[in-house]
Amino acid sequence: MVRKLYELAHSRAGDKGDVLMLSLIPYEEGMYEALRERVTADRVELHLKHIVKGEVTRYEMPNIAALQFVCQGALLGGVTTSPGMDTHGKTLSYALLEMEVDL
Amino acid sequence: MLRIGSGAGFSGDRLEPAVELAEKGKLDYLVLECLAERTIALAQKRKKSDAAMGYDPLLEKRIRSLLPVLKQNNVRLITNMGAANPLGGAKKIIEIADELGLHVKVAAVTGDDVLPYILKKCDSLEFKPRLSENVSILSANAYMGASTIVPAIETGADVIITGRVADPSLFLAPMIHHFGWSTSDYELMGKGTVIGHLLECGGQLTGGFFADPGKKDVGGLAHLGFPLAEVQPDGSALLTKLPGTGGALTLRTVKEQLLYEVMDPSSYITPDVIADFTTVSLREDGNDRIVVTGGSGKERPSELKVSIGYDAGFLGEGEITYAGENAVGRAELAGAVIQERLQDCYEELTVDYIGITSAHRGSFSYEGIPYEVRLRVAGKTYEREKAKRIGEEVEALYTNGPAGGGGARKYLNEVIGIVSAMVPMDIVEAELQVMEVKPNGA
Repeated sequence: MVRKLYELAHSRAGDKGDVLMLSLIPYEEGMYEALRERVTADRVELHLKHIVKGEVTRYEMPNIAALQFVCQGALLGGVTTSPGMDTHGKTLSYALLEMEVDL
Repeated sequence: MLRIGSGAGFSGDRLEPAVELAEKGKLDYLVLECLAERTIALAQKRKKSDAAMGYDPLLEKRIRSLLPVLKQNNVRLITNMGAANPLGGAKKIIEIADELGLHVKVAAVTGDDVLPYILKKCDSLEFKPRLSENVSILSANAYMGASTIVPAIETGADVIITGRVADPSLFLAPMIHHFGWSTSDYELMGKGTVIGHLLECGGQLTGGFFADPGKKDVGGLAHLGFPLAEVQPDGSALLTKLPGTGGALTLRTVKEQLLYEVMDPSSYITPDVIADFTTVSLREDGNDRIVVTGGSGKERPSELKVSIGYDAGFLGEGEITYAGENAVGRAELAGAVIQERLQDCYEELTVDYIGITSAHRGSFSYEGIPYEVRLRVAGKTYEREKAKRIGEEVEALYTNGPAGGGGARKYLNEVIGIVSAMVPMDIVEAELQVMEVKPNGA
């Protein structure tokens, strides 16, 4: 069954320079393993290809049942010099949650 | 046990939650974190035009409302509102205390300003990202650690004001002082840094920046209460907020904040420690109560990070809205007209359609056509007049563009870029200055 990440997990975006960090936190901790298998760094890189220009690295946090994606070159240069609308990339957590996974 | 409240998560944060915390939180310390990367470069500019300025623009307002409450409840304040001028900020606080007839001692921590060193070493330093030649550097501030704040606490000052320090260090310093922790006990430095990191963004821990109606509901968001921590000598803590305030402090809000702005969670680098967040455990202990245990750390890096602000020219922006039948078509025509009128004038012109492409760059869309859409045009240039022209051209769409454009706005802002570099720890020397004022006749 295809489910949107939005239904299964929540996320907060952070930024450091041109790097975007996106957490992915399942509502049910029991869903962590299923998301860990499906939401890989490669899949996120593909999903955000129009936004993230560099590499995506994934960090696993089994201690709190959460994943962290660190995306290089994602913020049009970063908060201080970006000509974009959302210079911090604060809204981009919801771009990640647009991804669909097959459960 | 030590009670620390978090009264501000950024320079423009709301004032009331801090006052409420100081009043009812039975706090030992209130911390106000008010300094973003770019803020200090802007503050440096203000200091250049008036040597007494350069501290946080909201300092006066915050201190005026907080100082009497802090004194009354015996709560000490630690803040980085000194920005580019901690001494100037301290003088202002003394001035306010004098006006209010309060006995107040202020300790100012300086030494983070390393601009002369950076200018001298400019050619040999590695800037990240790279800095093109002939840019004008405005500010350079080293991230100092908790060990530079502890001596200020030891003076017994009511208010400790700093410039650039690492955000979690503002919280770690009172823990080191209170519990007598050794700054080379990296296990404890790591645990304290976890707590500081969780607290540093104020309401972001207690349900701010979290609510999503129907999915992640947060009660009483309008009256959001800020967090406080009851820290134990072993570096564990209970996170909570004042009863009767709005918001929510749950495993979910704490998880979001634990990962906020974190690159590698096993190596969160500060001047105090390389903290490991992968060993943190969270446990719910009743309503709005989360217990944090675990967390650890390794020896701190031998270099300090310096944040360097440079003049990056101007950003000109213009916006105008179209609504109703064929709104998108008219907005797109407007965008094309602007591009034709301004082409060749700017290296890069950003054309966004707010409601369709502005936030996620057109990556995703939902079925259906938006009823209204707002055109936004933006461009950067080193020439002020040229940057201004973007907004002027968008405004001129009123009489020179497609039908029914309304609500045009134009903006012109100075752009300050930030790069970072690493410097040896020993070039940064923290200094401490203490000032005191007593009511007349006391």
